This record gives sequence, C-alpha cells and structure tokens, in this order.
Amino acid sequence: MALPDLVPASAKITIAGLTKTFPTRSGPFVALDGISLDIERGSFCTIVGPSGCGKTTLLRILAGLETAGAGRAAIAVDDPTKPLNAMVFQGESIFPWMTVWNNAAYGLRMRGASRAHIQETVGHYLDRTGLLPFADRYPYQLSGGMKQRVAIARAFATDPEVLLMDEPFSALDEQNRTLLQEELLRIWDEDKKTVVFITHSVDEAVTLGDRIVVMTAHPGHIKSVVEVPFARPRGVLELRRDPAYGALVFRIWGDLRDEVDRARRQETESGE
Amino acid sequence: MILSPRARERLIGLASPVLLLLLWEGFARLGWIDQRFFPAPSSIIAALVHLSRSGELWANLSASLVRLFWGALLGGVPALALGLAMGLYRPVRAIVDPLVAATYPIPKSAILPLVLLVFGLGEASKVVMVALGVFYPMIINTTAGVLEIDRIYLDVGRNFGAGRWQTFRTIALPGAAPLIMAGMKLGAGLGLILIAIAEMIGAQSGIGYMIWNAWQLMAVDTMFVGLVVIALFGFLFTWALDELERWLLPWKARG
Repeated sequence: MALPDLVPASAKITIAGLTKTFPTRSGPFVALDGISLDIERGSFCTIVGPSGCGKTTLLRILAGLETAGAGRAAIAVDDPTKPLNAMVFQGESIFPWMTVWNNAAYGLRMRGASRAHIQETVGHYLDRTGLLPFADRYPYQLSGGMKQRVAIARAFATDPEVLLMDEPFSALDEQNRTLLQEELLRIWDEDKKTVVFITHSVDEAVTLGDRIVVMTAHPGHIKSVVEVPFARPRGVLELRRDPAYGALVFRIWGDLRDEVDRARRQETESGE
Repeated sequence: MILSPRARERLIGLASPVLLLLLWEGFARLGWIDQRFFPAPSSIIAALVHLSRSGELWANLSASLVRLFWGALLGGVPALALGLAMGLYRPVRAIVDPLVAATYPIPKSAILPLVLLVFGLGEASKVVMVALGVFYPMIINTTAGVLEIDRIYLDVGRNFGAGRWQTFRTIALPGAAPLIMAGMKLGAGLGLILIAIAEMIGAQSGIGYMIWNAWQLMAVDTMFVGLVVIALFGFLFTWALDELERWLLPWKARG
C-alpha cells in the first residue's frame, strides 16, 4: 500500500526502486523493475508504454490495490482529512445498479460526508461534466463517454490528494476522447490536483501532461522522462496545430517504437 | 389484424391451455376418457365453488400459505446471508461449498421422515421442509451472483474506502440481485412442491392434506381442485416475483 511517508517538499509522489513480481506457473513474472520517479505537487504526469509494461500495476500500487514488492511508493499527505487517492478505472467501473447521481456520490458517502456537502459537491461536478440533466439515469441508459464522465466526477468529488487515471478514455471513439480530454483539462485547471494518468496514446500523453514518462516493455522500467513545454490552459485542438506538438509526439514515438516492437516479439515468443 | 410478436405470443400462451381444457371437457362429455379418473373441467370448477363456499378450501389454503411464508423466511434469509459471505470470502466458500454440494442432491422428499422424527408432526416439520426447498436454490444463486460481479466493482469499493458492511450493502447485494431473484423464483416453486408433499403425511390441514384426504375418500374432483390451486399459486408467485424484480431492479436494461 502507498503509505504516507517523508518526501521532499516539492514531490507529491515519490517512487523509489519500486519492484513488483507476480508468481506464475512458469516462474516469477517481473512486472516492475526498479522504478524511481518523483512527481511534483500539482503536476499532471502521463505515463506511456507498450501494453503489458506494468503501467497499470504501478498505478494499482499507488492506489493501494496492490502491494509493492521491493522499494516504495509514497504519496505525501497535505491534508489528513482528504482521501489519499481516487482512481478512474479503465473500462466500465461505475455501478450499473446506481443512478448517475448515486455513482458520483459514492466516494463521498463511503467517507461519511454530510448530506449538504454531498449535495453541493456532486451537483458541482455533475454540472461541470454536463451530466446534471441525467442525474437520475442508470448506466445502461448512458453512452460510453457519459459513463466515463460519471467515473471522473466520482473521483473528483472526493477531493483526493492525488488522482490516478488508468487509460480512462481508451474505450472511447476519437471524437469523444477529444471532448473528454478537453473537459478533464478544464476541471483539472480549477484546482490543479496532482494527477498520474496512464495511456497508450502518445497524442493523449502530450496533450494532457506536464511530464511524460515513457516505460519500456516487460519488465517495466523507465525509459525516458520528457518535459512538455506547452502553456496552460491548453486547447486540445489548438495544441495539435502547433508544429512543436508534432515534433514532441514524433520524439516520444522514437523512444516508444523499440519498446512496442519488443513487446510484440515477447507476445509472439510466449505464443499468445 | 396485425399483432406484434409479443402480443401474438401472449395470445398463444392464453389459447393453448384454454384449447386443452375445451378438448378435455369435450372428451369427458363424450365419454372418451374415464370421468372417474379425469373429471370434466366443469365438474372440477363446481367442486372448487363448493369447497370455497364451505370454507374448507380457505382453511387449507391459508394453512399452506402460512407455512410457506415462514419456511421461505427460515430458508431464504440464512441462505442470502451465507451466500453473500461465500461469494465475498474464499475461506467461507471453502468451508460451506462442499457441504452444500454434498447435501444439495439429496431429494428433499427423502428427508421428510427424518424431519418428522426431529421436528415432530406439528407445524415445525412443514416449515422446515419448505425452508429446505428454498435454502438451496437461494444459497447457490446468491453465491454465483456475487462471484459473477465484475472484480472491478470490488476494486472501486476498496479504492473509495468501502468497509466490509458497505461492500455487502452497496456492491455484493445489488450486484448479485438479478441471480438472487432467479433463486427466489426457483425456491418458490420448490417450496410449493415440498409443502404439498409434507402435508400429505401427518398433517390435518393444508392443500397437500386436502389432496391426500380426497384420494382416501375417492373424491377425485377435490383432488383436482387441490392440483389446480397449487398450479395457480405457482403462477401467481412467479408473477409477483417478476413484478418485485421489475420494482427492485430498475437498473436492468429490458428488451
């Protein structure tokens, strides 16, 4: 579990020598191999890597859903009344048996927040995500993009120390993805939470992040860390017109290409 | 007239039993089937009216329904609690699963003598028989219902700090609810079967008693009234549980 710990004043998340191995039939599988990374307070950190590189494992360790094997991953606590983290999961994670409103209120209810606070906060984030008119709907009545908006509202509503996002837009079509990226940036600009955002899309990583961490194929370690120079607030479409954007995407692709090739070879070798 | 496929299905569903009854009535009147064994539907209805006027039917029916109610409670509630725990916690499953698997295939009717021995000839044995019938489909379905819940929802619960009881209430119970409802329907049917069997031995009231008694008196009409009443209640329970499901699970997409 990501325990609160002593960390440098500027770093919100400190990951040091983090290693994680899973036992499998054919012996131990090294998912993460000596990851060290400081993530600054109030920064938006995106992590890209080929599939199976352990990026989800890294996030799950930060979320306290998985234990660290060796090394440590710590989130600095600024306000002990706040939850340490909230996660936006990959795929459908909102409860089918709850309305949009009750889904968005879930985190606050589990923390025993007051009725008035829930009313105000959930109302605010449903409004920000354009879901207020659908508050009484059930998930089966929503599109994929709306469901992910609910998951985002649920995570923001708990006002966590850090926000963890695991490929939240990967199942959406491109138009919806662009819209949600814009919305996320807008909501994030309100109070600039520390975010760790995992994606397999280089475009998305560049569009959203202050820093991009490129991970290698299995066993996962950090290949490079790239600073993103674009000013905020950013417009997703304007950004894409900037020649510097294309250059940065190209550069990260250069780092990533070998890893994607390696990941693919590993898959063919293991016969999958 | 053009009917939607659904309306057509309903019409056929209604027409087939009516047609069968008409054929039965006709054959009985023509003397093609033996009325001593298969009295005409019209004479069964006459017996039904007679039995309900005399109050005999209501006394037996209410005795059966009360036993069904307590039996469903006695069997259903522990099955629900245990099923949820089995679905959520591996150790509980490891302990209880083999017991359920081993005792489930024993015909409940074969346990009746033992139940009579332990619980006597009174109400308790009847209620226990119903409880046994309700218990198994409920516990099996509830466990399966919880196991079928996508792991991601349990992760969401953990991530947002849901405690043990909150996980039960907000994830396991609602997530398993569709299969729990299916278990209830199966349990209601089994409960009806078992109450009829249990009341045939050592009971002085109930629909099962009424049927058994009619056999001893060769009152075949009355026997059929009992069968019709059981069939009717089987249908009513299913309908009521379907309505309950619609009301309890508004989140299920319906085609």
